[in-house]
Amino acid sequence: MTSDQEYPRRTILKWGAGAAGILVCGSMLPNFGISPALAADLGDGDIAILNYAYALEQLEAAFYTKVTDQPFKGITSQEIDAFTEIRDHERAHVDFFKKALGDHAIPAIEVDFSKINFDRRSNVLGAADAFENLGVAAFNGAGPLLVNTDYLAAAGTIVSVEARHAAMISALLHGPSSASAGKGHVSSKGLDETMPPSKVLAQAKPFIKTPLTAASLK
Amino acid sequence: MNTQEKHIFGSVEPEVVERIGAAARDALRKNRKLAVIGSVPILLAVASAEAFADGLPQQIVDVLNYALTLEHFEDSFYRKANGTDGLIPAKYRGLFREIGQHETGHVALLREVLGSAAVKPPKFDFTAGGKYPEVFTNFKTFSTLSSTIEDTGVAAFKGQVSNLAGSPVLQTALQIHSVEARHAGSVRVLVGKPGSDGAFDKPMSKSEVLDAVKPFFI
Repeated sequence: MTSDQEYPRRTILKWGAGAAGILVCGSMLPNFGISPALAADLGDGDIAILNYAYALEQLEAAFYTKVTDQPFKGITSQEIDAFTEIRDHERAHVDFFKKALGDHAIPAIEVDFSKINFDRRSNVLGAADAFENLGVAAFNGAGPLLVNTDYLAAAGTIVSVEARHAAMISALLHGPSSASAGKGHVSSKGLDETMPPSKVLAQAKPFIKTPLTAASLK
Repeated sequence: MNTQEKHIFGSVEPEVVERIGAAARDALRKNRKLAVIGSVPILLAVASAEAFADGLPQQIVDVLNYALTLEHFEDSFYRKANGTDGLIPAKYRGLFREIGQHETGHVALLREVLGSAAVKPPKFDFTAGGKYPEVFTNFKTFSTLSSTIEDTGVAAFKGQVSNLAGSPVLQTALQIHSVEARHAGSVRVLVGKPGSDGAFDKPMSKSEVLDAVKPFFI
């Protein structure tokens, strides 16, 4: 690692309001298996927001990894290209947050895609559409919560890529159309959706096994 | 570290992160002084007079007028295209009508926020002084230009995010920014480009954007 690659971590250590860690909460939480369930505490302040984004990016990366590992029957080369491109972007986002958070990063989350039938194109594209639009709304809602403008700017370089993904997925579903331009997600004033972390986490919850706790996120 | 990671961090950290760091420091300095951003020679209208819109600081007014100027540019571009018979193939009319409606919405919204401080709509030459004579007769020229204009819009809003940190208008700007990215993604797919140029979208400074759009302003 060169010194300039350490920049985000240094910044986080300087600005971070509190440490994120792992809480072992055996009996307090639903038992997912033999071992006690691990809950990931997102931390406080900007760290919590970044960990929240990191969790969502992990969810997306895991989803597209599964899609490209087990492509549905009849998948087109155009679809493979799009899913591969998006998967690589999500992985890069995961790496970015992991590295930026350093010691404050939550551990890798455990995902649950049992509700998605990966053999069906419509299920895969429907889930991709939902994840991308949730991501856009989540980043739009998180931006104003960030105190550090460096993090705000970094989030800005990612949210628009999520919005581009939403358009790409919509174009696979409907072709380049009013839907891919955002119809259904953009208001009559031309404004995109925005969602607070509590609402986003509630929507993502069915797909995330690891309980995420963040007292500071509303 | 694999080649891809090297590429990601090689480009993101020194280039983007250091740049956004500099932009943020710059913004903080400006905030403290509440100084007027130096006007760019072209588009004198962009740097508005001493008017304050509903008590917004001059720096915010300037950012919003810069955004409004670009939205006027986009709105006029799609009004003209959507009103030109035979330009847009039937299957893509929904896409460009939707985009046009969003741009009209952005203009209305920014004018409302700015009130009497809003800049007047500039006059445009979409052939860029004869460089694109077929802009409204050849769909390929039009759609290619559209994808470039949308990419520029995304980068322009992203470049101002740090300048709006802490302001109530940040939320609205973010919700416009991701809509521009949806547009960019859809039109790029239509013209056969990947939806995104990479995992991280780069910002553009005000002077970079104004240089890029200058040929279209009369």
